[in-house]
Amino acid sequence: MAQGNKTKVIVGMSGGVDSSMAAALLLDAGYEVIGVTLQIWPSGGPETENSCCSVSAIDDARLVAYLLGIPHYVLNFRAVFEEKVVAYFAEAYFRGETPNPCLACNREIKFGELLRKARGLGAEFIATGHYARVRRDAGSGRFLLLTGADGQKDQSYALYGLSQEQLRHTLFPLGEYRKPQIREMAKERGLARVAAKPDSQEICFVPDDDYAEFLRQRAPEKVVPGLFVDREGRPLGQHRGIVHYTVGQRKGLGGTFGRPMFVLGFNPERNEVVLGEDADVYTPVLWAEELNWIAWPQLREREPVRVKAKIRYKAEPAPAWVIPENDGVRVEFDQPQRAVTPGQAVVFYQESLVLGGGTIVSDPRGLRRRST
Amino acid sequence: MRKVYMDHSATTPVDPEVASLMMTYYTEKYGNPSSIHSFGQEAREALEKAREQVAGFIGAQPAEITFTSGGTEADNLAVLGAAEAYRKKGKHLITTAVEHHAVLETFEFLAKNGFELTILPVDEYGLLSVEEVRKAIRPDTILLSVMQANNEVGTIQPIAEIGKLAKERGVLFHVDAVQSLGKIPVNVDDLNVDMLTISSHKIYGPKGVGALYVRKGIRLIPLVHGGGQEKKRRSGTENTPGIIGFGKACELAQARMEEEAERLTELRDRLLDGILERIDYVKVNGPRGARRLPNNVNVSIQFVEGESLLLSLDMVGIAASSGSACTSGSLDPSHVLLAMGLPHEIAHGSLRFSLGRQNTEEDVDYVLEQLPKIVERLRQMSPLFDQMQREAGAK
Repeated sequence: MAQGNKTKVIVGMSGGVDSSMAAALLLDAGYEVIGVTLQIWPSGGPETENSCCSVSAIDDARLVAYLLGIPHYVLNFRAVFEEKVVAYFAEAYFRGETPNPCLACNREIKFGELLRKARGLGAEFIATGHYARVRRDAGSGRFLLLTGADGQKDQSYALYGLSQEQLRHTLFPLGEYRKPQIREMAKERGLARVAAKPDSQEICFVPDDDYAEFLRQRAPEKVVPGLFVDREGRPLGQHRGIVHYTVGQRKGLGGTFGRPMFVLGFNPERNEVVLGEDADVYTPVLWAEELNWIAWPQLREREPVRVKAKIRYKAEPAPAWVIPENDGVRVEFDQPQRAVTPGQAVVFYQESLVLGGGTIVSDPRGLRRRST
Repeated sequence: MRKVYMDHSATTPVDPEVASLMMTYYTEKYGNPSSIHSFGQEAREALEKAREQVAGFIGAQPAEITFTSGGTEADNLAVLGAAEAYRKKGKHLITTAVEHHAVLETFEFLAKNGFELTILPVDEYGLLSVEEVRKAIRPDTILLSVMQANNEVGTIQPIAEIGKLAKERGVLFHVDAVQSLGKIPVNVDDLNVDMLTISSHKIYGPKGVGALYVRKGIRLIPLVHGGGQEKKRRSGTENTPGIIGFGKACELAQARMEEEAERLTELRDRLLDGILERIDYVKVNGPRGARRLPNNVNVSIQFVEGESLLLSLDMVGIAASSGSACTSGSLDPSHVLLAMGLPHEIAHGSLRFSLGRQNTEEDVDYVLEQLPKIVERLRQMSPLFDQMQREAGAK
């Protein structure tokens, strides 16, 4: 196993085609490759079919590791996953935000705890099957994050939170490939079974995608009915608990308001869901905090930057100015954006370069007094 | 790379003599012991000889041995079978917090199905006190189960005294002797036991075979119904080659036990002392000396995770274990160490080496050469170790 002076890489494997091919490509490139799968959920607990860390994922990853002839270990990440991802997710939801737990998982688990463990095991790098690229900038010496060459599959959005230290020790072997190529290569290598598996989607620890039910089971006392109100605070009806709703939502509001109404946001301290008309869901400006910059150490004072900004994983990047303000930034879009959602990330791009990003926060002027 | 197997409490290699004997009963003497023809008869004879070998090893009568598919099934048969057979007499059951899951989970199942269960605590060495048992026994207590030696920390319980007490109070006494068999004397009369579980693959026999000793006169409701094999206690065609292998393994273990226990005790102490000498902040789990199995070393190495230790050891060819592996192969903190009062984070850094026949002094020295290097590397990465050192430096 200890193979002379080969560089050791630990690959996070889910048994899916992407991470399997990541391991295979690293083997081809001459690395000493060790596969690991994270166990994040108690055995016998909730189990979703198609997630990166389910028990079936563990079995699949073991099989792939066997086929590739590499060692494979299962690492127990239950406690840290509960604390850093699941609890964070639930708390943010109860605050009236719509968090993206995959970002927390990447930052805290895969590129946090796993990287730390991997270094302890003598590995120089960890690798994943993300479609993204890391480059070292010769001039500044900084490690840069770039979109995956396959624009369709680009996963850089979920990686904007990585630090320089994390990027330094990370490999994305799929970054230069397109997904169909990867599927084809997997078939050629006899990994047909994994090549045929559908892509994993949605939140891995929420069964059947039913967030509200998941949150209700965790903290039933926090899922309580309250009022729908308009932006002036006038009651419009009763809602089933804030966690059932997300910004921009129209369906499932459960009332007839005489006209189409949309969720604009929340007043968690009053347990209110604020509704408005479609036009109100659009906003030309957002605020973000907890910023992480990759392309430079920090945004220089009072210097607006021209970017394309992405407000959710599947959104089109939209032209905007990023302007430093207090602890965070204000982002002014050329065109109003629909359903800007506190708790989600906004990520800034220049061409294929990921400049950095941050967490969208509520409009500091408040929902109710906001003018359109 | 050097390979050192130090996980004999998980399983052992099959002795070549055992394996070659078994092979005959797969390919040549393959009869069903229940058949009346000569093929059946030769299998039956060998089976009964194995029963004598197994019974002889634990001081029992051959008729008191029921073969099973392993230790887990034998534990289940004892606990479920006796609880069911004697439920009219009482509903109270007693066991300890450090039992193997095969016992503990079976009792928990009964507790959810109409029985009352007392789980006895142990002290910091994993030791059960006879006094605790005395206090726990009630008029309606029907069954008491205590392991002879713990699989994780090697603690040897005062079984003979507990058995004497159980006998006086008219409580059925089951003992899981899976880990002690072949390492320390196991005699059903000396220990005053009514039922006793043993397993083949922990004593250089094949996997998939175990036995339950049931003292003559004790009733058991079977778990497996069918053709009535094993005196109706365990239906199903006997695993003849496996049972014959188990018998042979018992015979070999009996012949070698005294000498081997002495040799393993020396290796054990060399390893344990060596670790304590070379690595700081190490806690020995379980007792030292004669109250500990001759082949067990269990330590908590503070400020590192057991998981990372195990993986790092595996990468240099050393097979050890930690906690109890769940079905997925990942590790949970050990219920045994938690029952002994270890804090969660220290229980998490625990490491078990279980020595066996093929281990040598060179193997022990190889571990003593590799382990300190691994611990040092992992501690360099450990935020807890860093914090502790800074705090120590500030004082």
